Amino acid sequence: MDLATLLFWIIAIILVGSSLLVVGLRNIVHSALALVVVFAMAAGIYLLLNAELIAIVQILIYAGAVTILILFALMLTRISNVRTNSNPINKVWWIGVIISTLVGAGIIFAVTIGPHSTVSVQTAYGAGYGSTNSACPLPPNNVAYIGQLLYSPTCYSYVLPFEIASIVLLVAIIGAIVIGRED
Amino acid sequence: MGLSLNHFLVLGALLFCIGLYGAIAKHNAIAVLMGIEIMLNAVNITMVGFAFYNTVKPWSTFLTGQIFAIFIITVAAAEAAVALAMIISIYRKRNTVDVGEINLMKW
Repeated sequence: MDLATLLFWIIAIILVGSSLLVVGLRNIVHSALALVVVFAMAAGIYLLLNAELIAIVQILIYAGAVTILILFALMLTRISNVRTNSNPINKVWWIGVIISTLVGAGIIFAVTIGPHSTVSVQTAYGAGYGSTNSACPLPPNNVAYIGQLLYSPTCYSYVLPFEIASIVLLVAIIGAIVIGRED
Repeated sequence: MGLSLNHFLVLGALLFCIGLYGAIAKHNAIAVLMGIEIMLNAVNITMVGFAFYNTVKPWSTFLTGQIFAIFIITVAAAEAAVALAMIISIYRKRNTVDVGEINLMKW
């Protein structure tokens, strides 16, 4: 067992355990704090997959911004018995268990045993990427390469979806201000 | 025994159904939102795994899965901002965040 596999198992066990804590804890502030561990461990998984930029963005946006937003919303919406049970579970929670078990079993069957499973297309760890076009030389690392893929006007890039995403963010900011303001 | 794509896909599936359970079975609207965030993270892990193990030559160089993950993170941040603004607005009007009691649009 090499180092990457060992790290994968450690991170995966912490990830699944802390996400079970998020859905299982009785105090919702503790759930929100367990969510930080989920996001940080997901960043570790991205580092294992050679996606450094996504790992940094995950720490900045999820563990930083989204968690703070959730904690602010919790602070602004206190419900009455916050000490005892601020994170109540539905009376028919077993239906949720059945549905999520069926969905998870379906996905795992499809990717491992089913007729279109990924077993037949396994490759060696570290397939990586390589340059195909001499006009657009490969940037030295993942961050520079993602930057070229997002912004470059001449090479192959995703610049139009990037602009649309900025419009989505603008609309979301204005919508959040309009919905959330006092009137 | 080394790592393969299936490790990451099964991890994503487990996280997805934990998040789905949280989104279905919770009464607090913010807890439902936390379940949705876990589900989006599961999809991101799947996408980055696909990007890493993709070897089809013209497209594997373009890191499509990682670009997908970036756009998913963008949309998730926008969704969290709008959803939390809606939850705070509902709390201000009805003094509750229990999704069982917010039934204004129930037939």
